[in-house]
Order: sequence, then C-alpha cells, then structure tokens
Amino acid sequence: METTRKLIRKQSLEKLYKLLSETRKIYAPVVSADKQVEYKYNPAFSDVTFEHIRSTLSVKNVVFPKVENLFTYTNSKTESTINDIDLNKIPEVVLWGAHPCDNAAFDTLRSIFCWDITDEFFAKRLEKLVVIGLSCHLSDDYCFCTSTGLAPDSSKGSDILLSRLQNGDFHAAILTEKGNSIVNIAGELFETVSGEKELFTEVKKKFSHEEVTEKLKTAFENPFWVDNSLRCIGCGACAYVCPTCACFDIQDETKGKNGKRYRSWDSCGFGLFTLHTSGHNPREVQSQRWRQRIMHKFSYMPERNESLGCVGCGRCSSGCPVDMNISEQLEALQNI
Amino acid sequence: MTNLIARAKELLTSNSVQVVIGYEAGPTGLARPAFITTAEKAEKLIYDERCIQNLAVYLTKKEVRKLGKAAIVATLPVMRSIMMLISEQQVIAENIVVLGISSEGSLLDIADIRVMQGFIEKSDLGNPSEYKELLAELNKLSPEEKFAYWQKELSKCIKCYACRQACPMCYCTRCTVEVNQPQWIPVQANTHGSMDWHILRAMHLAGRCISCGECGRACPVGIPCHLLTMHLADQVYSYFKVHAGTSDKMSSVMSTYEPNDKESFII
Repeated sequence: METTRKLIRKQSLEKLYKLLSETRKIYAPVVSADKQVEYKYNPAFSDVTFEHIRSTLSVKNVVFPKVENLFTYTNSKTESTINDIDLNKIPEVVLWGAHPCDNAAFDTLRSIFCWDITDEFFAKRLEKLVVIGLSCHLSDDYCFCTSTGLAPDSSKGSDILLSRLQNGDFHAAILTEKGNSIVNIAGELFETVSGEKELFTEVKKKFSHEEVTEKLKTAFENPFWVDNSLRCIGCGACAYVCPTCACFDIQDETKGKNGKRYRSWDSCGFGLFTLHTSGHNPREVQSQRWRQRIMHKFSYMPERNESLGCVGCGRCSSGCPVDMNISEQLEALQNI
Repeated sequence: MTNLIARAKELLTSNSVQVVIGYEAGPTGLARPAFITTAEKAEKLIYDERCIQNLAVYLTKKEVRKLGKAAIVATLPVMRSIMMLISEQQVIAENIVVLGISSEGSLLDIADIRVMQGFIEKSDLGNPSEYKELLAELNKLSPEEKFAYWQKELSKCIKCYACRQACPMCYCTRCTVEVNQPQWIPVQANTHGSMDWHILRAMHLAGRCISCGECGRACPVGIPCHLLTMHLADQVYSYFKVHAGTSDKMSSVMSTYEPNDKESFII
C-alpha cells in the first residue's frame, strides 16, 4: 500500500483513543508510581505517556505473553481429554505509542515463530494487532537503533506511525491496510499535513552490524567472551526485557484431574537452559551462554532467518544489574 | 583510591593473588565489577559512592575461581557475605585477601579473618537505615493489606531470577525452582507462581541474609524483594539475637536444633 500522510492534532488523539477503546483493547505506555514505564491494557488516556525513551519491558508481551496457555486437559482412569484454547477469543488490540525499535521487533519475532511451522498463538495475536507507533524525539546513551539498520523514525512494523511536530501536533504516516481501517473509523480526525517540522532525536551509530556478523564467523573461540562476561551473573533479565528474544519453556500443571499446558519465557542465560538429562551441559559456564546470546542475534539469525536478532532498543543494557552493555561489547567485537 | 590501586598492584606483582575483584567505571558512568589480573590494569579500579554491588557473589563463580586466588574489594555487606560463605564452607578463608573498605570509603588493613570479624562486630549490623522506614511502614499494615501489597508488587515479577543470581548466598548449583520432579514452585510468572518463588527465596535466606539489598537493586522491574529478606533478618534477630555473617563458625539459625530452643509453637 502506498503510504499517505495526514495531520492529527493533539486534542484529536484523545478522541481517537476513546473511539478505538470502544471496540478494542488498547495496550499503551504509562508511568507507574515507581517511575518505571510499563505498558498496560486500557489505561486512561490522561495517564498515557508520550515522553518515554523506553519502557522497562518491551511490548512483546502483546503477541508473546510471559505465560500462554496452550491447552487444558482432563484425566480420567482410562483416558485424557484435551481441550484446545479458542483462538477466536484472542481480542483485537491496538498497540499505542510504541517506538520504532519495538515495532520492528514484530518482524523479527515473526521470522522465528512463523519460520517453518506457523505458531498459531503468535500468528493470531499478531493478526489481531494494530500498531500505532510513535517515532522517537528522545533517546539516551543506551539507544543504538541506527547500528541495527533502524532509525528513530523507522516505520517497519507500524500500521500508523505518529511523528511529533514542533507545535505538539502529530503527523501520521498511514502505512498498511490495517492502518487505513483505523483512519476509516475516524476520518474526520485525520487532516491535511501541515508544513510544521517533525521532531526526531539523533542516535549515534556505534557499530556496523554487517561487520559484527562477519567478525563473529571466526570469533567462536576468542578469549573475548570470557573476558567480557566474568561480571555476568547469569540471570534472565536481558532476555526477558528484550523485544526479540523468543525462547520459551513448556510445562504441565495438574491439579486433581484437571490441568493445563502452558509456555512461559525462558532464557539462554540460565544454566538449566541447555542441561541434558544425562547431566552433560554443552554450555556449562556463563561465557558460553553470553556468547550464545550475541551469536544468536548477530550471526545465526542473519544466516538462518534473514533477520537481525536485535533492534537496538538498549533494554538489555539499561536493565542489566551488572552493566553488561551490549552496544559497547559489539563495538569492541567489531574491532577485535 | 590510590591506596587501593597500590595495594592491588602489590598483590598482583608479588603473585600473592591472581585476580583482584573490584569496581571500574563503565561507559555510561555506572560503576561495575572489574576483574583485574595484571598490575597495569589495576589503574582502572575505582571506589566511590557508586560502588554498591555486592561483589561476594563472584567468589563462588566457576570462571572467576579459575583465575586463581582472589583479592576482593569489600565493604561491610561484602565482608559479612564472605563470613557467611566461609561458615557455610563455600569459600576457604585462606584463599581470599580482603581489601576492606570502611564506611568512610578508606582502605582498611584486614590481615586475616579475625581482624575482619573484629571490624564486623564493631559495625552497625541492623538493616540499612534507608530501608528501616519502609519496613516499619509495612509492619504497620494488617495481614490483608500486607498480602495485597505483595500481590501487587509480585505480579510484576517476570521470573528472570536476577534477585537470586545477584545474591551471594544463593550459590546453589541447582535451585529448588529448577527441580521439577516434583515441581515445587510453578514455573509460570503469574501472581501465584511469583509469590511462591519469592516466599521460598525469603525463607531460604532467613538467618543467612546479610541485608545488602542486592536482590532489590538487581530486579529489572523494581520489586522491593529485599524487604522480604530484610524483614526476616529483623525477625531472626528478635528471636535468636543473631546477625548473619558475623562469625566463620556460625550455625544456621533455621536448620540447627539446640536442646534449649524454645518450642512453644509446637505445644
């Protein structure tokens, strides 16, 4: 679809938000009492923030929830009955005000979840999702989208991308049919574009991801991994805040005769992740797990999924308790 | 700081230790752990108010141990952690050089474990003052209000286990949450599963938590989980008059039986 550009005034945004919330759930960022930015379902418009650099958790929860029930079951003495989850009950959701890095990550997740077999839970959630993105007018030292082929105004993954104007109004780029369907609901709120300047932040390019991918081909045995991961404590914070990390664990939970099978986020940073039943662990120390994290995103994924496994949001670094700064490490890797 | 760097250089040059575990400044200005293996690199060492992470967590880490004998920059919580690790036989006292740091930030002369014990005993061993007020406020709540508070906080948990990994006392190579036959703790990070986890973690640290607050600082979603263990540290002191990490011969309060223990809760 050819992109069209419209003007949406500050006061019209609230009308649009209310209109959309009549028929859909809205997933939007708010600032919590402890100053963290978190996405919530259906917050009051007055609580929605337009000033955040990054939320603590990414928005992947909307298509890949931290816990997803896969089916329920009932056991009798002789048999088990499996009850599928009704995917049609997955609601229509508008993701509101998410930044370009987060929205680009939906493509990355799709390259994993719909690689050969389509993951029906993920695919249905994505199908029911409309993304109204918000380009970035703020950034900090942790941001490195420009090093991963993106930019503060990238439209990848958005159905509509809002860009703030000097006077507080927004330009809206209508990018997809889904985006167009939103415009059709509230046509009068979308006006002709003005000559007002769009505000974008500048994000310094720190490394070339193509060069990093090339370097990684011969870096497997490099002492770099041990030297740079001694301080890693092996928690899953980086993976869980990451918009593109897609690993999950599957568990059954039974209570009496009834139970459910669900999946929940997992992380390659955990020792248990690769522990074999025999007791052997191919990644028995943290440096091997840290290497896996970088290799997966910057070498294996470009090779196998034709997509980079990182969008440069910087959450893994800002959320890390021991300052494992990924862009610093990738910059260093490029130069080894 | 110059004293610290000089002492680190001396230890490395004389090969008395093979690694100095301390702090360096990262590119964003945060202090972070550094593992100094040569005298030249010792110049990177810093010590200031940014240096709050409990470094004792690295003493049981496989790849750090592989580097050889370690010297460690140790404020009071780190010293108490070391004491706990020695008493639980995870660390051998003779294998560590303690570069003690006083509350004013100057280098202490900690020649051996007895000197360290002497320093610990002279220090204020209660919960840090910045948490006391919040703990007192929480204690004023009714059980229902407390439950509601923790339900709200723990519903944020994503089960990344940063709290566990950041804690020097959580050194088990296989944590209870990783045992799945039987599955003691639900794997999923829903409110129930997360409450189970945090309550279990707190109970395992009762009498062992040295109140460094590292678990709460490590939490990426800002759950004040350190208040659980700190509350138990208060409880342990009020019942047993014991502060964790004060002796290398401490028996574990929660898993030791003494003939004169009060057992009024049984009868």
